[in-house]
Amino acid sequence: MHPVRKQRLIIVLLVVLFSSAAVGLMAYALRGNINLFFPPVEVLSGKAPVGQSIRVGGMVVEGSVQRSPDSLEVRFEVTDNQATVPIVYAGILPDLFDEGQGAVAAGVLDEQGVLHATEVLAKHDENYMPPEVADALEASKAAAAQAEEAKQ
Amino acid sequence: MIAEFGHFSLIIALCLAVLLTVIPLWGAWRHNSAAMALAPGLSMGLLVFSGISFACLATAFLQDDFSVEVVANNSNSLLPMWYKFSAVWGNHEGSLLLWILILAFWTAAVATFSVQLPLLVLARVLSVMGFVAVGFLSFSLFTSNPFARLLPGTPADGRDLNPLLQDPGLIIHPPLLYMGYVGFSVAFAFAIAALLGGRLDASWARWSRPWTNVAWAFLTLGIMLGSWWAYYELGWGGWWFWDPVENASFMPWLAGTALLHSLAVTEKRGLFKSWTVLLAIFAFSLSLLGTFLVRSGVLTSVHAFATDPERGLFILVFLGLVVGGSLVLYALRAPAVNSRVTFSWLSRETLLLVNNVVFLVATLTVLFGTLFPLLMDALGQGKYSVGPPYFNAVFVPLMALLIPFMGIGPVSRWKRDSATRWKAELLLPGLAALACGLTLPLLHADYNLWVALALVLAGWLFMGMLRDVWQRLRSAPSLWRGLRRTPASYWGMVMGHLGFAACVIGVVATSQYSIERDLKMEPGQSESLAGYRFEFIEVQGVQGPNYVADEARFVVSREGVEVARLAPQKRRYLASGSIMTEAAIDDGLFRDLYVAMGEPVGEQGAWAIRLHYKPMVRWMWLGAIFMALGGFATVVDKRYRRQRSLARETLNTGAARGAQA
Repeated sequence: MHPVRKQRLIIVLLVVLFSSAAVGLMAYALRGNINLFFPPVEVLSGKAPVGQSIRVGGMVVEGSVQRSPDSLEVRFEVTDNQATVPIVYAGILPDLFDEGQGAVAAGVLDEQGVLHATEVLAKHDENYMPPEVADALEASKAAAAQAEEAKQ
Repeated sequence: MIAEFGHFSLIIALCLAVLLTVIPLWGAWRHNSAAMALAPGLSMGLLVFSGISFACLATAFLQDDFSVEVVANNSNSLLPMWYKFSAVWGNHEGSLLLWILILAFWTAAVATFSVQLPLLVLARVLSVMGFVAVGFLSFSLFTSNPFARLLPGTPADGRDLNPLLQDPGLIIHPPLLYMGYVGFSVAFAFAIAALLGGRLDASWARWSRPWTNVAWAFLTLGIMLGSWWAYYELGWGGWWFWDPVENASFMPWLAGTALLHSLAVTEKRGLFKSWTVLLAIFAFSLSLLGTFLVRSGVLTSVHAFATDPERGLFILVFLGLVVGGSLVLYALRAPAVNSRVTFSWLSRETLLLVNNVVFLVATLTVLFGTLFPLLMDALGQGKYSVGPPYFNAVFVPLMALLIPFMGIGPVSRWKRDSATRWKAELLLPGLAALACGLTLPLLHADYNLWVALALVLAGWLFMGMLRDVWQRLRSAPSLWRGLRRTPASYWGMVMGHLGFAACVIGVVATSQYSIERDLKMEPGQSESLAGYRFEFIEVQGVQGPNYVADEARFVVSREGVEVARLAPQKRRYLASGSIMTEAAIDDGLFRDLYVAMGEPVGEQGAWAIRLHYKPMVRWMWLGAIFMALGGFATVVDKRYRRQRSLARETLNTGAARGAQA
């Protein structure tokens, strides 16, 4: 074979080999490791899958945060002003987690509609709101306005 | 007044950048050397005026001028002096100004240190950098002016710097990171200049290689500091989150690593030229993409500042212009620079090609994971997030695949090598690595297969390198002569590879052996973790310069002997009222002990306490420091200096001749 062609063959073969390995890995990794965000209203209407890892976010309902007296378990509710979802979490909450503030919890929904969170994310500075929460609140505001119009 | 002066300087800098883009490029086209010779001067002017502008903003911060909007939003009179200074880049507008200053610095550095470059090339390189500067200066002036005033309505005091950013690590993390990010613009400018001139040869690679190495070394340090900062400051002991913004800095690093190695082939063998050019374009485009991801707030991230769609659009357009423009240029010019040199299957070229393919594939998988949520959102498929498991599942096997080849690389020969020679060279190191890897995990209580694998791989790199260094020194007449004869770039490579091996050990050992526990603890109570006894003594109130804190006192002992006293804090910052966790860490080469406070639990003074035992976590950062030092070391190599002194001699003799005439 011509040496230059042989060299090209090496290059092409290597590229094909490694990129197919990568595509295989990616397909495998993507299967179980991405999770979809659901606003509370969709969780309540049953659109969110039970037993799968999902994220739910909204504002933490005022007065809903209850800590267990003898363990690190915390229960709270998040709302998008249309529906609320109860969340159970065992562990240390982020510093900026607070009632009346936006939060996103990642975890698994049970049959009773309670989210068992493995991770709770709050905003990271005073002016910042997780975009999913902002969108969810926006959507629910629009829905509320529509309902108002329909009433009139 | 100072703010207006800074604003004015920034406008002058923009004008100079426009001139720098236009005049030398026109000169290069028209072969007008007077126009081309303006480039270094204009670059200096750009540095001076961006420097003045930056100094003005820094002065506004240091003097608590709360009539300037960014100062009012990001500083406070109670803030300690050095945090007032670092607050300059703790916000969108200021960090952009820092970016511009560093770009101007790199441009001026190229103008200063590239006396050996032909004027034609230098003019083109500086023009391309001037173009990038135009983009960022207009971005700053038109969408995010750092000098905007709050008049009337000047607040009495500022809203304070985000407490997370009040940390020594944050004083140097962004400048180092930007040195790296922006440094790739030099490699990019050299690539574009080469495409414009249609001359891609070994000397081109030799010019751009030291710049790329330095930029890469800075980026390595910047990423390492970011990871270290996250570890001790975010309060939950993680050191890498695959957060979009971390990825944004990691992708240029991956592409840059590929670029370093491909430049080596281009310089030594004149191969892979078009490929190297493409990588240079790719690395810088990823830097710009990173800026877009961070600045536009399109992704949920720890680093996101408040969002403004106009800004995102501006960078997106600029990104499109740079990437699109350079790819069009590449398509038009690259085929003209084809090479006729060949190499065989078993050769250093093939091994470096493996490096390139692996790093490029790794970059693309990270890119895919980072952009996947954006893509799905744009398609209306819902709001996804791609978490660390995806990245780990893809990235870790790719790196594991790389290491066997990486071990052979240094001992291999250019052009043609043989498997029997490799076997003769590497059989012993390979067996030694296998033995070390399989036995060393026995030192730990439970045998872990992943750690064993990591040790075998790291040992393979280490032993192979040892063998190669020994071979080199053995053939020299004396040890000292051998050391002197070995070029600095070789030592740079050794350090880089050994640093990588240390990183591998650190990452795998700490991921596999870490013990993390969240507990409810009362004062007086003690807990055991990995053979250490953590005794919770008391909680006390303490007062800092701009915060009040609850401080927990811990005594850590092992078999009755006191090891450390740790005092984690829960701070409340006075100006913003934000709560911050300050972890306490007892660090060591082989293990870190980490204590952080959660929140008070119940009525009896108990607290939620996070206890971590993290073995070998420092290895990862030490490894990264080693890699960066390796990158810096390559630059002092004699062959780059020889180039420069040669050029200076020609210049001097030329000048002397001119004087005689």
